[in-house]
Amino acid sequence: MKVAVVTFPGSNCDYDLYKAAQQVGADVDFVWHRERGLDEYDAVLLPGGFSYGDYLRAGAIARMSPVMEDVVTFAGRGGPVLGICNGFQILCEAGLLPGALIRNAGLSFESKDVLLRVEQPDTQFTSEYAEGQLLRVPIAHGEGNYEADAETLERVEAEGRVVFRYVDASGEVTAAANPNGSRNSIAGITNESGNVLGMMPHPERAMEAVLGSTDGIGVFTSLAASLSAVAS
Amino acid sequence: MSHFRIEIRVKPRPGLLDPEGKAIHRALRSLGWDGVDDVRVGKAIYVDLEATDTDEALETGEAMCRKILANPVTEDFSVSVVPELEGAEA
Repeated sequence: MKVAVVTFPGSNCDYDLYKAAQQVGADVDFVWHRERGLDEYDAVLLPGGFSYGDYLRAGAIARMSPVMEDVVTFAGRGGPVLGICNGFQILCEAGLLPGALIRNAGLSFESKDVLLRVEQPDTQFTSEYAEGQLLRVPIAHGEGNYEADAETLERVEAEGRVVFRYVDASGEVTAAANPNGSRNSIAGITNESGNVLGMMPHPERAMEAVLGSTDGIGVFTSLAASLSAVAS
Repeated sequence: MSHFRIEIRVKPRPGLLDPEGKAIHRALRSLGWDGVDDVRVGKAIYVDLEATDTDEALETGEAMCRKILANPVTEDFSVSVVPELEGAEA
């Protein structure tokens, strides 16, 4: 399993993501945003951070990087693409995912653990989770407020493309449990064909007990399982 | 070709929550401006360019907005040609 972690000027979760993919047995390379060609990889990961200082809009300039053309091609062929935090913002800006991420409703940068409910276990990134399972995973963002028009929201909900939602300890969607004002408490969504996932929370920071949670592992074991199924 | 300065205004779409505008609204009210009904925050981007005429300068600015400067999901934009400010040259 060969995995690319795409890095941009200002990425800062790239090593966490590298290590997370390595932890599930992947052979991982960093691919600098100016490099071209992702054909040799089985999965492409876009890390969190502040690419280009979030200038203009978070992810807006990174999405014009040369490598993003290859990410679009890779995704178009059905290759699994995961964008976390700034990676999610870049995928939205690139048009690979619908909607946009705007300033947190409370204006504050939110850095804390949140609870996520797994809404959709039928993806390459969540097959190792059970539907309704609660995950404790950290968030760290100022612009994670998921926004889309009513028609888009209706469609992603109807098509089962909301993968993670912010919930409280009893697994309920509440305003208080929504850390950033996201529509429908959406924390992660996929594209139409399900091979591109964007999420604001950081599963790659919840990979070891010493980090406070191991609930993020499932994202990476799911991906590894789906890729080994393809290979065999 | 002539030199133009265009002003691109990008602002949150109507109905979209603008947390920054809300915070400024609260600040203005707390300073005594009770009559303030709403505040929206956008940005202005000034681009100096060469174009054959005003229409081409405006069209170029609009193309820039569609490509990168504005996000159609959350933002509206307008483009106009403005006089160059005195002392604004780098």
